[in-house]
Amino acid sequence: MITFEQVNKTYPDNTTAVDSLDLVIEPHSFTVFVGPSGCGKTTSMRMINRMITPTSGVITVDGRNIADTDAVKLRRGIGYVIQSAGLLPHRTVVDNVATVPVLNGQSRRAARKAALEVLERVGLDPALAARYPAQLSGGQQQRVGVARALAADPPILLMDEPFSAVDPVVREDLQTEMLRLQDELKKTIVFVTHDIDEAVRLGDHIAVFGPHGRLQQYDTPETVLAAPATPFVASFVGRDRGYRGLSFRSAQSVTLHPIETATEDEVRGLRLSQGQWVLVVDSQRRPLGWVDPTGVEKVRAGLSTDESTAAGGSLFLEGGDLRQALDSAISSPSGIGVAVDASGAAVGSVDGAEILENLAAQRKAEDEERNRHHFIAAQDDEQ
Amino acid sequence: MTWLFDNFDVVLGYTKTHLYLSLVPLLIGLLIAVPVGTLIRNRRWIRRITLTVASIAFTLPSLALFVTIPAVVGLPVLDPLNVVIALTVYSTALLIRAVPEALDSVPFAVVDSAEAMGFSSLRRAVTVELPLALPVLIANIRVVTVTNISLVSVGSVIGIGGLGQLFTQGYQRDYPDQIFAGIISIVFLALIFDAALYLLGRRLTPWTRPNSTSPTKKARA
Repeated sequence: MITFEQVNKTYPDNTTAVDSLDLVIEPHSFTVFVGPSGCGKTTSMRMINRMITPTSGVITVDGRNIADTDAVKLRRGIGYVIQSAGLLPHRTVVDNVATVPVLNGQSRRAARKAALEVLERVGLDPALAARYPAQLSGGQQQRVGVARALAADPPILLMDEPFSAVDPVVREDLQTEMLRLQDELKKTIVFVTHDIDEAVRLGDHIAVFGPHGRLQQYDTPETVLAAPATPFVASFVGRDRGYRGLSFRSAQSVTLHPIETATEDEVRGLRLSQGQWVLVVDSQRRPLGWVDPTGVEKVRAGLSTDESTAAGGSLFLEGGDLRQALDSAISSPSGIGVAVDASGAAVGSVDGAEILENLAAQRKAEDEERNRHHFIAAQDDEQ
Repeated sequence: MTWLFDNFDVVLGYTKTHLYLSLVPLLIGLLIAVPVGTLIRNRRWIRRITLTVASIAFTLPSLALFVTIPAVVGLPVLDPLNVVIALTVYSTALLIRAVPEALDSVPFAVVDSAEAMGFSSLRRAVTVELPLALPVLIANIRVVTVTNISLVSVGSVIGIGGLGQLFTQGYQRDYPDQIFAGIISIVFLALIFDAALYLLGRRLTPWTRPNSTSPTKKARA
């Protein structure tokens, strides 16, 4: 457990980085500090491993005031990952990962052996072990950064905007990987980001920091999106917060309709009416794109599938959430959302209007649940 | 050229002295400048004062230094140690500037994350900052080495050994071949050492080149 009690950080020029922060971070939680730049989120995080000393207040880790601990020892028990990973450029991947165990006195040989296992755990090919960081892609470097932080198996991980320097596709991979790792390892993670989407996706708790280093709200992501505590939080989580909030709702009860599909060979023979769309799939039924009557004509004229089809929208993975379901419908050129199974094969379609009806039904059920005791009480009164 | 080959033994003897006189100051300079440069790096005022003193030391004319050091230190005028001391002053003056600059070239994020991982400051300086400062540091060591090799020849004016003797003797005897041999030998020596240090630098910093793996890894594979 990490606690902040009335923690302040003021710089000599009188700027306040953190203002009377009180916070309890539960063990094994994934807590995301989010906020605009200069809101004190990074400063707050860096105070946990004493990279920054608070002006006043007490920070404890597992009940011990960190001011009374040896900073070097404290840091070896806390994993640390930063943007662009902060890897040691003059050490190979395996030696980077082995860093903290070696600092702790393990033999280099044993530490390297263990490091190879950690590399696999974060999804890296052990063949990369002998490379230098500069010879890796940004995403691979970040994975090495995570592996390095995990190598000594610290109970706490601090992550400072670790994924903000990689492209969106890789970032999503890394986020998925991080969630998988946390599921497996159950660390206490403090993660700093300025990206509310990332915060909502990763955190089980979100601390929203605002101007002048004031903590605005500390809650589950569902609550932060549904009930922002301050106008600042409301504006920070943004106009799309209703839409984002859909990601906490299950799409289990959304109806899957049959979907009209055709393989590439079959497209040529399609007879489509005005406004009709057909999903083109490969031999494993994986979506390739949509064709309408014009698209079919193009195929007959000898153009390739790529040139004749409209690119598909986002895919709704069966059993996913309402946001994915709705997005698949909205982003699809045909207006029909494509549902796929784990293998990527198209299994059906979802309809945008039905998804909204599903949402309304879910809300109605919740309202009834919330107000039931009130009506039960009213009935009691009448009797 | 024939003079050079006919008197190869003599030239070889001078070369040894020459190298001794130019390389020993470099080593002493490094022994002083690396720890001192590392210590003063983050202390703004001390660094500024040290750099000013170093700049002044470097502007002292070499011949003047060769002549005054015996009086100051109390050595005989012809003692080669005078040259060693004078060149140590120059080497240290150059390197004490170069070491903090080389350390400045190490990316902050790397130093910061090393600290956050739990490196003590000494261990961080020795195993992270200095290795990463090597490219800049070695570039400066090459300058100092070449400077020393050429400066030692000035010592011959006051009668101290080394390849510079070929100049003074050749001049006195009005014998251009010998002067020529001196020039060729010194240039050759400077080029050899410059190249050797360049290669050493490459060998010590394999991470600066794409597609190289560490030598230890290759050996194990």
